[in-house]
Amino acid sequence: VTREQPTVELDMLGLDGGAHVLIKLALADLDSGEMVRVRGSHPELAHDLATWCRQQGHRWHSADTHPGGIVGSVERGTAAGARWVGAQRAGRSATGQPGAVAATAPAAWGLAARGAAIEPGGPEPDFRLDHRDELWTDRAPTLYAQAVAAQWNPDTAIDWNVAIENDAVVEDAVVQVMTFLIENEEAALVVPARFLGQIHPHFREIQQVLAITIADEARHIDVFTRRATITGHELALSTVGGRASLQTLIDEPDYPTATFLLSVMGEGTFVSPLSFLERHAPDPLSRRIAHLTRNDEARHVAFSLAHLERHIQLEPRLRSRLARAVERRHHELQSSAGLNEEVFDALVLLAAGDATPAAIHTGWQHVQTLQRDMAEAREARLTRLGFTSMEAETLSSLHTRNFM
Amino acid sequence: MTTSRPFTLGAVAYDPKVVTIWEGFKDWFASHGFGFDFVLYSSYEAQTEAHVAGHVDVTWDSPLAWVRTRRLAEGLGRQARAVAMRDTDQDLTSVVLVRSNSHITEVSQLAGGMVGTGAIDSPQATLLPLAHLAGLGLDPGTSVSVRRSDIMVTKHGDHVGGEREAVRALIDGTVDAACVIDGNQLLFAKEGTIPTGAVRVLSRTAPYDHCTMTVLDGVDAGVVDRFVELLLSMSFDDPTVRPLLELEGLREWRPGRTQGYDQLEAAVDRLGFYGPDGSITVDGYPP
Repeated sequence: VTREQPTVELDMLGLDGGAHVLIKLALADLDSGEMVRVRGSHPELAHDLATWCRQQGHRWHSADTHPGGIVGSVERGTAAGARWVGAQRAGRSATGQPGAVAATAPAAWGLAARGAAIEPGGPEPDFRLDHRDELWTDRAPTLYAQAVAAQWNPDTAIDWNVAIENDAVVEDAVVQVMTFLIENEEAALVVPARFLGQIHPHFREIQQVLAITIADEARHIDVFTRRATITGHELALSTVGGRASLQTLIDEPDYPTATFLLSVMGEGTFVSPLSFLERHAPDPLSRRIAHLTRNDEARHVAFSLAHLERHIQLEPRLRSRLARAVERRHHELQSSAGLNEEVFDALVLLAAGDATPAAIHTGWQHVQTLQRDMAEAREARLTRLGFTSMEAETLSSLHTRNFM
Repeated sequence: MTTSRPFTLGAVAYDPKVVTIWEGFKDWFASHGFGFDFVLYSSYEAQTEAHVAGHVDVTWDSPLAWVRTRRLAEGLGRQARAVAMRDTDQDLTSVVLVRSNSHITEVSQLAGGMVGTGAIDSPQATLLPLAHLAGLGLDPGTSVSVRRSDIMVTKHGDHVGGEREAVRALIDGTVDAACVIDGNQLLFAKEGTIPTGAVRVLSRTAPYDHCTMTVLDGVDAGVVDRFVELLLSMSFDDPTVRPLLELEGLREWRPGRTQGYDQLEAAVDRLGFYGPDGSITVDGYPP
């Protein structure tokens, strides 16, 4: 079947102004050896086309030229489509399509978008986390979309001018709690950040969730710092015990284990103190900040639970690996200070609202309730991951008393 | 060739990518059972002399290096052969550009003016276009002044910097005309060095050929044939060799030919660059 030879109309456009783009578009529909006529009036068009064809591996057929007339024809060369020869599609862009997300992402796919056609060859970057089943959850796209929609601007979401009329000792307690929250949020930022660069870009929704989680934590660090210092205080004490506990999270090299320790045992627990602050903090500014940050943390926990749940279903032995990690962490922290007394007492004072025996009694009761809530919530998360209630209770009791 | 060394190519290191290219080709040849190695020279003059002295079996020559090798060889009663070249090295032209708004519409109007060229030893941006202008009655240095951009002299204009500098001098009004190869004219337009519509072609040389693989007589013909056969078999469809072909700037290797060097031979004689025996006769070169 002979196709009618297409014609590219260039008018005054020359190769010094992008004419090759139109010629390439016309050639794209052709097979090697087929021709496209070129018509134009740029004075150097014929010469420049000859040069361009030589560089691109096409063949140039000059014709009689007259102003505005056909200048000649470009015959498509064999090299033009070479990049597509053997190109393999890296899954599909939309997660719903069959085969969209590969079980193992080849190193050669590198930074290419999922769904792109990969020209063979090229670098093979070492993304250590390249197995779908150690990372993936189908909930990731939804959780990412929710996170994007829920982003808040501290300058507009929070009224920083609201009056703070706390007793001096209560304000000191608020500053101590904020100091503690900041270093915990640092761990919650650093742990996903360490893994983010190891995740194969093929699993982009997982990258996106971790990236926005990191941005959330950065914002939390900012607002906690602003709250702590708004009354003119410098930040309070950072204890060895607190930092040692968080260090074990940062040192954990295994992605599911680190996620588990951070989000199921630790950060999940963190949702409880933020709920506590939302209810019992003595000033509206602290309560507002606790409300906003708690919502973000709940989303982080939901993501971690979702992919750990899937991972454990596919690999039930992961459960015992996680249990051993909790025991190991407990063992490592046995020699450290244990209860973070500064934080515990600050929570009592903060919930008390003033330093009278009756108020302290109430604050104490609230903190007792908090500790029970934290343990129960932690056990509920462990049960969801398939641990028996007895296992869950044992593991929960081994959790560091630093909260995270 | 009496030693057991692999078939050895000489090339000029005008850019760090030259190492990548020839290391890559060396691996590719090895994967096809062909022993191959390479030596890099810092100048084409050293390479041509080493070639004639038998230090290497084949040289990846600029067109000017071909001219000198041929002359040196024939002076010794030997023969040089052009065995392979890039598809992108055939039928090139050089252009003499002026600013679009220049009053100069004829070559003769350049008389008394200043023309910008590439390096002293650039065939495409100095020797060929200056000889072309001389053929049209404009003797360089007498009827027209020459402002050379001597960047990476002894690399025979392989580095694009000299031509880019000549074009910039044209755009900013320092010179009245500039000489570049046709492909670089397109490159300079694409990268924005030449704004769209800013220049006009005043004159264009006849087509000529550029680089070549040169072999002297006395090298095992069977090995040379195998080398050429392998070069010609390199396919742009092959992802293992495509990045190297792209770096080297070709889509396919073609059999060598020498008729495309007549114009440069004449330019070398007219401008007194080399003597008939391949000796260097131009003043101030190498620097």
